[in-house]
Amino acid sequence: MIEALKERVNDDPALVRRGRYLTTTFLLEVGATAWLIAIFEGRIMSVTRGPFVMPSSSFALRAPAEEWEKFWSRRPPPGSNDLMALIKRRVLRAEGDLQIFMAHLRYFKEALAKLRPAQASPQVSPQVLPQVLPGASA
Amino acid sequence: MRARFEPIVGRYMHLDLFGRPHRIYVEAAGEGTPLLCLHTAGADGRQYRALMNDERVTARHRVIAFDMPWHGKSSPPAGWHNEDYQLTSAQYTEMILTVMSALGLERPILIGCSIGGRIALHLALEHPDAFRAIIGLQAGAHVDPYYDLNFLHRADVHGGEVCGAVVSGLVGPDAPEAERWETLWHYMQSGPGVFKGDLYFYKIEGDIRSRVAQIDTRHCPLFLLSGEYDYSCTPEETRAVAASIPGSEVTIMNGLGHFPMSENPPEFLKHLLPVLAKISG
Repeated sequence: MIEALKERVNDDPALVRRGRYLTTTFLLEVGATAWLIAIFEGRIMSVTRGPFVMPSSSFALRAPAEEWEKFWSRRPPPGSNDLMALIKRRVLRAEGDLQIFMAHLRYFKEALAKLRPAQASPQVSPQVLPQVLPGASA
Repeated sequence: MRARFEPIVGRYMHLDLFGRPHRIYVEAAGEGTPLLCLHTAGADGRQYRALMNDERVTARHRVIAFDMPWHGKSSPPAGWHNEDYQLTSAQYTEMILTVMSALGLERPILIGCSIGGRIALHLALEHPDAFRAIIGLQAGAHVDPYYDLNFLHRADVHGGEVCGAVVSGLVGPDAPEAERWETLWHYMQSGPGVFKGDLYFYKIEGDIRSRVAQIDTRHCPLFLLSGEYDYSCTPEETRAVAASIPGSEVTIMNGLGHFPMSENPPEFLKHLLPVLAKISG
């Protein structure tokens, strides 16, 4: 599922443009599973699944799998709808060089929200939105 | 091309606050019982644009919003460039009472959101006779810091971008896109360090937990309205405040977030209008 991030982010020109000054690699931990996500000028270059021997990353985002599951649901419940909400509840730990994370906070929020089942658009009622599949344009 | 004008009229007033001259922007619409509106941290009075444009409110109320010093179209005081802005409960209280006096507002209804909701609790405790009723939106007694506030004001993080991004998730999921991004734009426009300086009051100095139960609603009715999706001042925190204040009334607004009057005015007004009707008796 996490692998879908690459295509969904890269297929959103506005998001890529917003990240044009962002080049970094960060670590995403979903429970015990780790992922290294490499970004070059706003485009996701690779999403690599661990385990890793010596992963290098600028920062890490770590949360239990059930918390990410709620965050990635179609309409996340209160307290699970935003990275800062998870941090407020102390279930998401952001560690490392957080200057990069905070300087590009909108990018990271919107990029990770791409893993929700459908990008709800207010102009289109959810019933008529097609299910977004990995690899499909989001 | 004919322009459509809103009924809101804005003016600048000059008055002394904290012993220093200030230039304060204030806008108003409607006639009737004064309804004084306090904006959130790092934003400005535009958050109340919908109230000032809704005849269901303005037919019976004079809706007034001022931009706090350093916010919106109000200037920081001369000398600001060598200072760190930091809001305290004493300053905030003095500012509101002084503006009320300067505008000749007699026992207005007060409505404040977030930091405005917090100071509303302070005012309900310390100056209950100065208000006809107090409406606290997203009003909690205290919020612990949950991120490093220094990120809001440092040269290697764009202040406007980070302020907007920090609060973006506080907007409820049902907010119309235009109102959501208008609300965030206000945050993106706040001056360097202003949001952070407001949060000094909100998260550190303005803690009223130990005294909130002393609020006496027999002197001034207190209504607390909070959005379901607010993770800064959660519905649980609002309910806890309400439970400790006899006579207070609490409403949890489903689908709304931290900026109800700005992010989703039609939904918010469904909750506010009955409160205003109750206050007017």
